[in-house]
Amino acid sequence: MSGKPRLTYLNGRGRMEPIRWLLGAAGVEFEETFLETREEYEKLIKGGSLLFQQVPLVEIDGMKMVQTRAILSYIAGKYNLYGKDLKERALIDMYVEGITDLMQMILMFPFSPPEEKEKNFNSIKEKATNRYFPVFEKVLKQHGQDFLVGNKCSWADVQLIEAILAVEEKIPAVLLAFPQLQAFKIRMSNMPTIKKFLQPGSPRKPPPDDHYVETVLKIFKN
Amino acid sequence: MSGKPKLHYFNGRGRMETIRWLLAAAGVEFEECFLETKDDLKKLQKEGSLLFQQVPMVEIDGMKMVQTRAIMNYIATKHNLYGKDLKERALIDMYVEGIIDLNELLMVYVFQPADKKEQHFANIVDKATNRYFPVYEKVLKDHGHDFLVGNQFSRADVQLLETLLMAEECKPDILAKFPLLQSFKARISNIPTIKKFLQPGSQRKPPTDEKDVPKVMKIFY
Repeated sequence: MSGKPRLTYLNGRGRMEPIRWLLGAAGVEFEETFLETREEYEKLIKGGSLLFQQVPLVEIDGMKMVQTRAILSYIAGKYNLYGKDLKERALIDMYVEGITDLMQMILMFPFSPPEEKEKNFNSIKEKATNRYFPVFEKVLKQHGQDFLVGNKCSWADVQLIEAILAVEEKIPAVLLAFPQLQAFKIRMSNMPTIKKFLQPGSPRKPPPDDHYVETVLKIFKN
Repeated sequence: MSGKPKLHYFNGRGRMETIRWLLAAAGVEFEECFLETKDDLKKLQKEGSLLFQQVPMVEIDGMKMVQTRAIMNYIATKHNLYGKDLKERALIDMYVEGIIDLNELLMVYVFQPADKKEQHFANIVDKATNRYFPVYEKVLKDHGHDFLVGNQFSRADVQLLETLLMAEECKPDILAKFPLLQSFKARISNIPTIKKFLQPGSQRKPPTDEKDVPKVMKIFY
């Protein structure tokens, strides 16, 4: 046993990507097992490893953790990315939950029926530019610090840089009206652990393509 | 200012109910401000009270908190309902996230179009009895304690009770095959703060009726 966390998921972003980001940002090396077929998934279920028969699964510190938020909270708590007290945690939680709502739209987008793709794309653009990005632009402007909460890198910053890059993949000019976020993006991208995670050959996964969508539908039939 | 938390939502369960449960279980008195029309929501949005333009919003300890999970995490920690260390928190989080997934299915049932209701109902029963309830039945069986985690009352117990009762509203005999969940339900319901919350006249909200659906839709859409 290597002692490194082991991630079990498909070979793609999906619900595991924020976990890869957070471990990457914390400088924690991890291993991955990729599910390729329905049979592998069913075998995992039969083996009793999945509390609610679902992945993501992260084996970490003797636990078989499931449920993305539970896993992220644990990692954030363990690696001091969750603020210094209850009030900072409250802020981090609010910011993370907002960003997660935006990321959920991006997560589901490849699975939209063709006739809804344009509507969903516009919805992502509208929500990013009118609901979510303005909040974080304002937070950074008001305190003038490098990070969202408590003048220290936290889970919220990692979640935000992930979201910014994901939205930019779809809407390259999305940060035009957000100078604070542009500077934030550069700053975060240059942090050593994140810089490493953004380089080719890292565990970061590419955007979902048709093959990924097919694999998801095949493995997670229900 | 009363010092009591103030909850902003419509007069119904929705995404606020789980927050009402946790505050009540912790013995915390709270006030409520009900949105009745879209204009009420717009007013809150215009005055900048809603970080992401959405409710639930809870005014607590000088903060205007939004996002159900953020609010729940804060209340749970403040009132010692979140385990004693990181590992107990991890277990509580896993259990709670599973309960929330089931809760989502229950919550949206009343909003399903007529032609989808039957299938949705079948899905609720299938997931409750085959995916979620067996997990909590086994947890209780394996350790034989009164509470889910750490032999101590936590938010996981409160959220599980809430969901068990909602599931029973959906299908009264849904706990038939789960003796430990039945005794858990009786035990947790008898905790004084929860017993009080379960009595008529408390701030617990009734299930959303089909006839209330159009009114709710008008506020949010």
